[in-house]
Amino acid sequence: MADNQTHLTRTFLAGLWQENPVLRLLLGMCPTLAVTTSVQAALTMGASVIFVLIGSNLVVSLMRNLLKPHLRILMFTLTIATFVTIADLFLKAYQPAMSAKLGPYIPLIIVNCIIICRAEACASKNGLLVSLADAVGMGLGFTGALTILALIRELLATGQIVFEFGHKVTLLTLPEVPLFRMAGMAMPVGAFLTLGLMLGGVKLLTEKRA
Amino acid sequence: MHTFETLLLGFLGIVIVNNLVFTKFLGICPYLGVSGRIDMAFGMGCAVTFVVTLAGTLTWLIDHLVLMPYGLDVLRYVCFILVIAGAVQLVEMYVRKFFPVLYDSFGIFLPLITTNCAILGMCLFINLWGIDNLPEAVVLSIGAGLGFTLAICMMAGIRENLELADVPPVLRGAPITLITAGLLTLAFMGFAGMIR
Repeated sequence: MADNQTHLTRTFLAGLWQENPVLRLLLGMCPTLAVTTSVQAALTMGASVIFVLIGSNLVVSLMRNLLKPHLRILMFTLTIATFVTIADLFLKAYQPAMSAKLGPYIPLIIVNCIIICRAEACASKNGLLVSLADAVGMGLGFTGALTILALIRELLATGQIVFEFGHKVTLLTLPEVPLFRMAGMAMPVGAFLTLGLMLGGVKLLTEKRA
Repeated sequence: MHTFETLLLGFLGIVIVNNLVFTKFLGICPYLGVSGRIDMAFGMGCAVTFVVTLAGTLTWLIDHLVLMPYGLDVLRYVCFILVIAGAVQLVEMYVRKFFPVLYDSFGIFLPLITTNCAILGMCLFINLWGIDNLPEAVVLSIGAGLGFTLAICMMAGIRENLELADVPPVLRGAPITLITAGLLTLAFMGFAGMIR
């Protein structure tokens, strides 16, 4: 039992750092680059991915013994598409502004490699609990990486972090220094450069430890 | 009236100005994964172009002939992904039969075209931009595929040279590839505003 528990914890923690989907495995790059212009968008995206990941991992884990090998990818994508439709409709109903801003990137969760990869690598081989731990760990790892990236980009591009729930709430403001208004950070260039440097930083950290 | 000119402008726009890789961040995974060698990158580009043309056209037809008239919009994503998976299956069988060497070098990336965001993304964009006639949908799909091919081949060319460059050890591999992609994006931003 104790052994089982450490296995669960390890699966959970792996997603956070050891096998962080964005920083270590380089999965799910498209939303990572596209939605990190603001922290709120990154968090919404992260929450949607966590929801879809948990749902699809649980369903795949439940039906793993019924699957024919050559049909599995198709079944995975159909399962994922179902959950993404739910998430998309939910956002459209309760967060219409955010849904409009994220545009096609919410439906694009269907083809996010993280989710397919976890369905294939973990959920189709493990029981419910392990799949759940894996989904939550991976989802949080993804959200974390996205939030950090968004934090850097939003701060450098606009000089402040703004949340919007009907009205605007400014969480953090940088002093008025011209250097801190890099419009490029909000553009595709900023996304690629920041992520590239971030990956370099992660590599530096891990190499020192080894 | 959609004349030849509109189609041509739309085509150039999607290839250069609204390039899916550089401005919409679609198809980044194969873009980083397969862009090591030019021949493989070109093969991948061709496969993606074929699939995206087929999928873009079919999903437009399904969307306009079946889903929208009957109010089945909720099923859109599920239907799209089924069409794409079918198209990829076709390409996979074709490549395995006629180009076995290419098939082996692709490995896992060929079936993964199914989950290539550029393809689903293009199908969604055609829908989102409200493209309401078939020729435009077809031309935009082909353009999207060619734009992807252009981007991935350029990247492969740069990366082949990058192998020999003196890159700081920490930045080797993925980081420098991303930074290069960033600079390429910067270059492509120069086209923005050329065509609306």
